[in-house]
Parts: sequence; C-alpha cells; structure tokens
Amino acid sequence: MGAQLRVYKRRIKSVSATKKITKAMEMIAASRVVKAQRRVAASTPYAGELTRAVTAVATGSNTRHPLTTETDNPARAAVLLITSDRGLAGGYSSNVIKAAEQLTQRLTAQGKEVDTYIVGRKGVAYYGFRERKIAESWTGFTDNPTYADAKKIAGPLIEAVLQQTAEGGVDELHIVYTEFVSMLTQSPVDSRLLPLSLEDTAEESAKKGEILPLFDFEPSAEDVLDALLPRYVESRIYNALLQAAASKHAATRRAMKSATDNAEELIKSLTRLANAARQADITQEISEIVGGASALADASAGSD
Amino acid sequence: MAAELHVELVAADRSVWSGTASLVIARTTSGDIGVMPGHQPLLGVLESGPVTIRTSDGGTVLAAVHGGFISFADDKLSLLAEVAELSDEIDVKRAERALERAKAEADAAAERRADVRLRAVAGVH
Repeated sequence: MGAQLRVYKRRIKSVSATKKITKAMEMIAASRVVKAQRRVAASTPYAGELTRAVTAVATGSNTRHPLTTETDNPARAAVLLITSDRGLAGGYSSNVIKAAEQLTQRLTAQGKEVDTYIVGRKGVAYYGFRERKIAESWTGFTDNPTYADAKKIAGPLIEAVLQQTAEGGVDELHIVYTEFVSMLTQSPVDSRLLPLSLEDTAEESAKKGEILPLFDFEPSAEDVLDALLPRYVESRIYNALLQAAASKHAATRRAMKSATDNAEELIKSLTRLANAARQADITQEISEIVGGASALADASAGSD
Repeated sequence: MAAELHVELVAADRSVWSGTASLVIARTTSGDIGVMPGHQPLLGVLESGPVTIRTSDGGTVLAAVHGGFISFADDKLSLLAEVAELSDEIDVKRAERALERAKAEADAAAERRADVRLRAVAGVH
C-alpha cells in the first residue's frame, strides 16, 4: 500500500471518531432541550399567577415600596449576566456577553456605575481574563438550575437594591440572558427587573381587558408587597435561568450538528482522495509491470 | 348546584393540584382563613402550614405549604408556594428524620417545616 494512501486512511479514521463523538453530543443536547423546555413550561403557572398578584397589589393600592420606586437620579446599577458553565455551544456565550457589554456601555453613558453579577463559568472567565471587577458570581448549575439556585442569586441582589446607594447599594437591577424563542432561534435579551415599572404591568393587563378586582389584603397591602416582590424577582430570575439553560442546549445541539455535518463532508472528500491515490498506485504498478515485461521481451529478442 | 371555587395550587417549579372545591382553609400570617365561593377578593401572605381543600365531590385534599401567597378573585383561588407537597406525596419517615435532626440542631425553621409536613399527613389542621 502506498504511503499516500496510508495517510488518507489514517485521517479518515480520526475524523470518523470525531464524528461519532459530535453525533452523540448532538443527540444528548437534543434530549436535554426537550427536558429544559418542559421545565420552562412547568414554571409558567407560578410566574403568571405571581405577576397577576403583583399587578393587583400595585394597581389596587397606593403603596410605595423601595423595589418599585424610581430614584430621581440613579447612580448605580447592577447587571446580572447569565452565561453557561461549558462551551461547545457556538456563539451562545459570546453573544450574551456582547449584549451585556452593550448594556453596560449604555448605562455608563447615562452616568451610572455598573456592578456586574455573573452566573456561569464562561462569563466569569471572560471578565476574569480582562481583569474586570465582578461583584459576585455563581457557577455549577447552569445546565440544570433549580429554584433554590435562583433564590441564592436573588438574595444578594435584592439586598443590594434595598441598600442605600451611598452605602454600596444599587438603584437598578438589569438582567441579561438568552431567551429561548424556538429550537432554532435563541436571542440574547436585556431587561430591567427593578425598579419594577408598575405602569407597564398595569398596561399589559389592561390590554388583555382584564379588570382587576379590589383586593382585601391580609395582613396589609404593605406587608403583602414586602413579601411579594422578592418572590417576584426570584421567579423572574428562575425563569431566566431556565430559558438560558434551554437556549444553551439548543445552541449546543446546533453547533454539534454542524460539526457532524462538516465531519461527514471531510470524510467524503478524504475518501475520494484516498480512492484516487489507490488508483494511482495501481496504475503505476501496472505500467511498471508492462514496462518490465516489454524490456524483457526486447532483451530476449535482441539475444536471438 | 352550589357555587364552586376553582383552585390552583402551584409551586415554583410545577403545578401541584388544580380542581374545584367548596372550601379552602389556609394559614396566613395573621391566622387561619377559610375561603368559600363568593368570598371578597383577597390577597394574603401564607405561613408555613397545612392547607385543606374540601373538593366539590366531598373529598379532602391536604397539602403542606411552605411560604407563599393566597389570592382569590371571581371564584378563582390561587395558592402560590415556593414549596408545596400533597399529603400523599410526603415521605413520612423522611419528615420524621428531618424533624429529629432539626430538633437536635435547634433549627426552628426546619423543625417547623418538618412538623407541618407530618401534620399534613396526619390530617391534623
């Protein structure tokens, strides 16, 4: 066997092995997307009811609460960036990081100081490499977030919002994550979580033609709002984590699918090259034999 | 036919129970409250405690609820809880173990949670 042919054979073998791995990863990611989607759906009733309740309190009473009051000149904002722990997901992490960078720039242009809170090792690595300050970070659960994780994240954030700005507190809380639109589309989005714009939520429910009844509050509107808002923030963060997880799996699936396709393509062209090399070897051997035979024939004809 | 309540009991990560009922008793921070059809619109903060739902077919559903809200309007009642478990989902042995451990560690919150679970199973309100 020719040396050239041997080299091709070896490369085909290694690309096939890679293809097997990427194919397996693609299939794992596909099954995880479905699971993650189901969890997003399971968390929807709670989030929906909570939003309704918040809207009801906000419109039904004239209570002011630090979490709903906008300060006159906000000086500091917190940005919660949700990335993933692991790569191999195409542009997933870099897209959401880019969105966070844009938001940070926008906030800085408005004269606000930005504290960054990060979920996921990819974001931590990005900020760590550039030696930027991270207020707090959480890692290790991005593939499969639980409500307890969301609570863990929400705790320090709510504390920061409730603190006075002069004592290191923040006036605004923004969240940047990847929204799961469909299996094929995931888009990074940023939204302001706090202060809650009650007008927006009220308008939304008014649009649906829903007239909110006058509620009787137990024990009082202030106490209800006090208890309700942190839960609302937790549930929003939980929802963002779940959507980010679903998006990450979908991105992985797509990246691995194109890796598998590329490997297939590569195997095909290498097989063609290997075939050509084998054919060339054969042709050369035949011409050597024919050449040798005719040389022998010439020699024996001359000796006669 | 008597008026009915439409009840949704939802936890943060799933819907626990939904159906129609004639009476729902839950524990708010200012005491137990019973809601029947036609109640005034209500929004309250729940304590860790048992929730009793008398279903319209005469049965009783008991659940342990740990923190959350009760909201009622237009004969639609929602119980939102961070954690909610139906009495038949609760692992009694595990709850008993948790209770002992909480007592040993003097963790009042955990003790209360385990106690609520056990009481929901026993059906003692």
